[in-house]
Amino acid sequence: MIASRLPVGVANFSRGRQWFVVGILSLGMAVLLGRTFQVQILNSPRLQAEGAARQLRSIAVKPARGRIVDRNGDVLAVSTPLDAIWAHPPTLVQSVADRSRLADALGMSVNQIDNLLDRYQDREFVYLRRHLPPAEAARIERLGIAGVSSLREYGRYYPAGPITSHVLGFTDVDDRGQEGIERAFDNHLAGIEGRKRVLRDRKGRVVADIESIRPVYHGRDLQLSLDLRIQVSAQRHLAQAAHEHHAAGASAVMLDVQTGEILAMANVPDFNPNKRSDISGERFRNRSVTDVFEPGSTVKPFTLSMALASGRFSLDTPVSTSPGIHYVGGWPIRDVHDYGELTLSGVLIKSSNIGTTKIAMELAPEELYGILTKVGFGQLTGVELPGEQGGSLLKRERWRPSEHATLSYGYGLSSTPVQLARAYSVLASGGILRPVTLQRQHRPVAGQRVLSAHITRQINFLLEKVVSLQGTARRAAVPAYRVAGKTGTVHKPSPTGGYEEDRYQSLFVGFAPASAPRFVLAVMVDEPQGKHYGGEVAAPAFAGIMADALRIYGIRPDAEVGSGVTIVSHTVGKETGA
Amino acid sequence: MKWIAFLSLLTFVSALAVVVVRHQNRLEFREVRAAEKLRDRLNDEWGRLQLEQATWSRHNLVEQAARQELGMITPEPTDIVVVQLEAAQ
Repeated sequence: MIASRLPVGVANFSRGRQWFVVGILSLGMAVLLGRTFQVQILNSPRLQAEGAARQLRSIAVKPARGRIVDRNGDVLAVSTPLDAIWAHPPTLVQSVADRSRLADALGMSVNQIDNLLDRYQDREFVYLRRHLPPAEAARIERLGIAGVSSLREYGRYYPAGPITSHVLGFTDVDDRGQEGIERAFDNHLAGIEGRKRVLRDRKGRVVADIESIRPVYHGRDLQLSLDLRIQVSAQRHLAQAAHEHHAAGASAVMLDVQTGEILAMANVPDFNPNKRSDISGERFRNRSVTDVFEPGSTVKPFTLSMALASGRFSLDTPVSTSPGIHYVGGWPIRDVHDYGELTLSGVLIKSSNIGTTKIAMELAPEELYGILTKVGFGQLTGVELPGEQGGSLLKRERWRPSEHATLSYGYGLSSTPVQLARAYSVLASGGILRPVTLQRQHRPVAGQRVLSAHITRQINFLLEKVVSLQGTARRAAVPAYRVAGKTGTVHKPSPTGGYEEDRYQSLFVGFAPASAPRFVLAVMVDEPQGKHYGGEVAAPAFAGIMADALRIYGIRPDAEVGSGVTIVSHTVGKETGA
Repeated sequence: MKWIAFLSLLTFVSALAVVVVRHQNRLEFREVRAAEKLRDRLNDEWGRLQLEQATWSRHNLVEQAARQELGMITPEPTDIVVVQLEAAQ
């Protein structure tokens, strides 16, 4: 064995062979050290870059945002796949020729690209263009420019454009909800970004997907209570009313009486959510939930329902409104005309401020405050939209007689269009207050009884008279249907206190068909020029929208004989199966 | 000593299993990705078709077609006949 032969080797020991071996080993060592030096010190930056270029990387997987559809499944908002073009600045900066080719393809100037690269020179990532159609992005990728690649993202598109603009809101360039439903339901719609590990080549392109690190959860769809068909009608009639009367704005809200679902919510002016430059503060405000106004005469039915509920008044209780002006605590209250002797019914049908005040002064302030609170004035409706205003309703401890009086005919408190529609849904539903919602309800919604059916029946009978030849709102009538409602014409509060002499808001709120109410609709026209009475400005828009809704839903005409509708009875035998 | 050998063997087998499973995982991930890509492509196409449908079914387009091409009108009250169904006795 070796151990036994060692003495022989020692005996043959030669200095030359020793140096030879040491030399070889040293040379080998020197080569290794040199190579190490070359790789670690001299070539380090290049090799690191090369290595990084072929590295396994983890990249984000963007979730697709859920769709928003209306109650019938019509698409209101949908995300379409788009591509962003991005660059790796340290790579792209190396080739001038590439940059000019890229600039041509992107429709940018070389200068613009150079500026971007300069600004992001220390970064690994810079967006060059966002939201490109996939075909165009593919064309740019095919140029094969080192350091440039595309990233899948999603763009939001609203097929109905301006018609649903205020309700839906919009998203920013990164697909996050900024306003309206898009913002309120952002978590539901957005989904959760995933990550995956990929192998990239030298040009930064993904060569292969290696594994999933975290799965991507795409956003969920959302079904709204809106009916696009009614929404279209509402937007059209509002635009027409605003145009005809040179109004500063207008809003309309329609609710389903039985569920509290919002079927339409429209505002003028509107904007095109598909055009980013169109989105400016003044236009994208959803006036139906953010703008408060004094509801004026539209509050009178609630004052009078309280009077009826107290048992001290009936529909025939006489009230004198002469001589057309009446003072409470030194505060003058006026009617448009001197209506003379009226009954409680007449007070509502003619919309007499004096009559309403005289009746209200017989009631305790608590009773008036109680009924207005119960039907939702001064409270948020709970609609799922950001920035909802609750309006104001003064606490009763602070009421003076003049406030008690003005409150009874709708001044000194404020309300949004959606609050007003909700308050009238109490009358329409026979006394039930329901939460207002923009989400489709699939089963009946329980509400809270705030007025007796007996009282609402009497008030509704009067509200139907308002929309008749003797009332203030003939123009709210819908052929073949019975309509109930109330007008309102209010002076706008002046920013300096008091009221503006010649700036008005025209209101009409009501429901149909009056025999079995299905839809409640509130219409507000802001600052009409010329004509300003609710019955002339807001009522025609109301009639137009209501007529469309009744027709679309195929509601059976309930008008009395004389409306022109023919009613025939058809007897169905057992054999026909009905 | 025997135990150590046995445990080493187990460790070795387990290590091999890890390698195999990882490899399988990657293969299957690739398959999943292919399926997902197909799904995404179909989803994208569906989105485009929905947009197309929404664009063609725009209410003013439909209304225009109904009124002008098909000559449809909104019925007047005098044109409406309500048929009440009554069950035979």
